[in-house]
Amino acid sequence: MLNTEFIAKLREIVGKEHVETDKADLICYSYDATQRKFLPDVVVHPGTPQEISRIMQLVNEHKIPVFPRGAGSGFTGGSLPTKGGMVLVMTRLDRILEIDEENLVATVEPGVVTEQFQQAVEKVGLFYPPDPASLKFSTLGGNVAECAGGPRCVKYGVTKDYILGLEVVTPTGDIIKTGGQTMKGVVGYDLTKLMCGSEGTLAVITKIIIKLLPLPEAKKTMLILFDSIDGAAQAVSAIIRGKIIPTTLEFMDGRTIDCVRQATDLQVPDDAQAVLIIEVDGDREFLAKQVGKISEIIKPLGVVETRVAETPEESEALWQIRRSVSASLRKVNPDKFNEDICVPRSKVPEMIRKIDVIADRYDVPIVNFGHAGDGNIHVNVMIDSKIPGEQEKADKAIKEVFREALALGGTMSGEHGVGIMKAPFISMELTKTAIDYMKTIKKALDPNNILNPGKIFPSD
Amino acid sequence: MAKLKNLEDFRDEIDQCVKCGCCRAHCPVFGAEKHEGRVARGKIALADALLSDDVEMEDRFLLDMSQCLLCGSCYAQCPNKVHTEDIVAATRREIAGRKGLSTFGKGVGIVLKNQGLMNLLAKGGGVFSKLLFKKVPDQSGLRLRFPAPFISSDRTLPPLTAKPFRERHAEIIPGDTGKPTVLFFTGCGINYMYPDSGEALLKALKFIGVTVLIPKAQVCCGVPAVSAGAANTVESLAEENLAVFKQHNYDYIITACASCHSGLSQIYPGMGEEFNEYRDKIKDIFVFLVEQGFAEKLAALPKVEKPIRVTYHDPCHLRNHGISKEPREILKALPQVDYVEMEAAGTCCGLGGTYSVYHYDTSKKIGAKKAGFIQESGAELVATDCPGCILQLQDSINHAGGRQRAVHILDLVAEVLPD
Ligand SMILES: Cc1cc2nc3c(=O)[nH]c(=O)nc-3n(C[C@H](O)[C@H](O)[C@H](O)COP(=O)(O)OP(=O)(O)OC[C@H]3O[C@@H](n4cnc5c(N)ncnc54)[C@H](O)[C@@H]3O)c2cc1C
Ligand code: SF4
Ligand code: SF4
Repeated sequence: MLNTEFIAKLREIVGKEHVETDKADLICYSYDATQRKFLPDVVVHPGTPQEISRIMQLVNEHKIPVFPRGAGSGFTGGSLPTKGGMVLVMTRLDRILEIDEENLVATVEPGVVTEQFQQAVEKVGLFYPPDPASLKFSTLGGNVAECAGGPRCVKYGVTKDYILGLEVVTPTGDIIKTGGQTMKGVVGYDLTKLMCGSEGTLAVITKIIIKLLPLPEAKKTMLILFDSIDGAAQAVSAIIRGKIIPTTLEFMDGRTIDCVRQATDLQVPDDAQAVLIIEVDGDREFLAKQVGKISEIIKPLGVVETRVAETPEESEALWQIRRSVSASLRKVNPDKFNEDICVPRSKVPEMIRKIDVIADRYDVPIVNFGHAGDGNIHVNVMIDSKIPGEQEKADKAIKEVFREALALGGTMSGEHGVGIMKAPFISMELTKTAIDYMKTIKKALDPNNILNPGKIFPSD
Repeated sequence: MAKLKNLEDFRDEIDQCVKCGCCRAHCPVFGAEKHEGRVARGKIALADALLSDDVEMEDRFLLDMSQCLLCGSCYAQCPNKVHTEDIVAATRREIAGRKGLSTFGKGVGIVLKNQGLMNLLAKGGGVFSKLLFKKVPDQSGLRLRFPAPFISSDRTLPPLTAKPFRERHAEIIPGDTGKPTVLFFTGCGINYMYPDSGEALLKALKFIGVTVLIPKAQVCCGVPAVSAGAANTVESLAEENLAVFKQHNYDYIITACASCHSGLSQIYPGMGEEFNEYRDKIKDIFVFLVEQGFAEKLAALPKVEKPIRVTYHDPCHLRNHGISKEPREILKALPQVDYVEMEAAGTCCGLGGTYSVYHYDTSKKIGAKKAGFIQESGAELVATDCPGCILQLQDSINHAGGRQRAVHILDLVAEVLPD
């Protein structure tokens, strides 16, 4: 329990109605998409950076941990109040402050929902490419803090590639600006990039300056069925070698297709062992040519069927197959452990084969789909955790998957971050010296270890 | 015996929620309130906590549970198809069971039980006339939706009709031999507030020679009582209607109200096996008309020279059960209609059973968004398939200072048919 003087001060800072201590409210901010639960002691909804600055000063006095939260859609527990304390909900800061059409730059507050921002810039013919599958509900602040990615990243890069500058409140309560409005800027350390992917452990983000692109005129979607995962993988390399960078290059493996077949009435031929969904964008006349060229390149690689969408509705129907994956997996087994390893593009088929071996060895179904274009594979270990022994098998299998990904020169997480879920494993990927380097930064900026403690680094 | 499920029966369904947060993008209440307690994910967490005795029924809990339109928009987009609207309704029944019906806004309990309330109605100030409101039976959903003393005086309500629709007609209106026979389930909205839409329906069915039964013994479907957590009321209404369904011979039960449609086709079958055989007989009027080739008949009528611009609002209780094509098909076929699709036609109007009684301010916020989309569409009329939506849409348009009118599609159909 927090002392009443602390709560009274908080109320004074943000207003009474923005401080919540009722059990019902605490429950509503106790979880995220990991489905783990940790009850906070207080939930605070600040309205300005100045309020956040005063909150940070206050919590340092009282040594109360603070956990910033966007939409709570994170997959690694970044927003969970693992040590009780305060959940700092950032969604009242939800204004788009400026869209500068001349300089292709926008300034927003962190609580703006990703898709709402995208729609706003698209209305004036501009484009913000990062498209995590959660874009309808995730916040831009959460996207920056996790450096979110999505299907379009093959061509356009991830969130950090679009962040020019930030305004942040430091763990000790100072308000600083990093970067700026310009495309270039080399004065001092690049703190903007340091903040991207820092998972709310180094500062609370209060403003985001975003680089925009002109909106491509049109896009075209194609879905290609292959008779083997190798064919699909070779297709990916061949397309890129052919000097075409599609907007998206999504793949689904044989086991994923099985799930889709079982759980939905979507028509997929029996001999299809892998699917690629390819989207290209750009000038209209240019697109038809690209689609033709892609079809030409992949023809010898075991293509079972090619479907090209001619209208937005048809394109939607193709994406529907990809979107139905998540729900159909649950029909295989109720509990899904979703990892998002990333390996060099050319190593995708080898990685899939290794995963198949692991699945057999531990006798757990593992289905794989994801972003073939950038080697980011969503590895889903499916179990029923109510059955004794299943959880242990899944844990072992996941650890093995990480080991193989790293052996192929990859990483444990392409986009979801570390949070609490992967913290126990980071020493598999980072050397002790590298971890110490990071911890030194954290300690210098947050001497009381008050901002999102217990995340990224194991047991502190 | 008709029996609604208990919260306990929803344990498995509650476990299906994976806390992904997708519902944050689709819940109209969350859109207006931006608090996790208002969204499906939060309500499921709270229902879960109640089942594990982790939370008391204190004020914040009650507030969150009252902040739900039962619109099912979350369900429609939920990757795991969790029926939050059913979980919330069951939680409300649990609350009513433990704390009494009046917990959710005193209105509900009082209106249901207290006859003396009628005397207060006069003070309701130009809302419903006292005399006419007497005609509405105690158990009608209208009393739950608009418990007069609690209704805000700036809400626009249609006048109650002096002669309810069902009293105007014989129980059988014969059609042509060889044509189907339907039982018209009128619902309270058409019976007491919008009888002209009921007349329009009869005109359309007469045009294609369908025989219509209008049993006088039918009662409110019970959807507003579901929203209020009044389990006994829902169950007894369902049984009365079941008796009516059993008594007659017909091919289909026709509704012209989205709420009634969801009550009969979605809620009743969960209350006992005896309702199952009627499930497939229940048809929305436009689904029925389209099946009967009515759209082609309309399209064959000579086009009007200066058509009116009309847009369509999807009632949640139809769209979320897969009915969105047919009403549009009929609208587009009408000779006097220049159809235009508005943005976000499928978002909730904000009425939500008894919701707008307790949360008129949030309800207005949700309605204001809708009014904006109607305005932007350039339509003069917004047509829909639910009396509740019509009422709320008109109220929202009036608050926004708009000039558009909200009508039932049937009203437009009647305009072009011979008497
Ligand atoms: C169905 C689904 C699909 C997903 N698909 C993708 C995908 O394709 N790609 C992808 O990258 N991710 C994906 N995710 C994961 C998740 O949506 C992203 O990580 C997203 O960026 C999180 O945003 P959020 O607003 O929900 O943040 P939260 O989950 O609330 O928080 C995430 C982290 O950011 C921190 N944080 C939030 N706001 C601030 C702030 N203002 N200042 C400082 N720190 C802050 C939190 O402390 C936490 O550490 C998906 C999640 C779901 C449920
Ligand atoms: S969309 Fe469904 S599964 Fe996801 S949080 Fe909402 S109710 Fe739960
Ligand atoms: S039923 Fe409607 S109001 Fe209730 S939680 Fe779902 S979307 Fe929100």
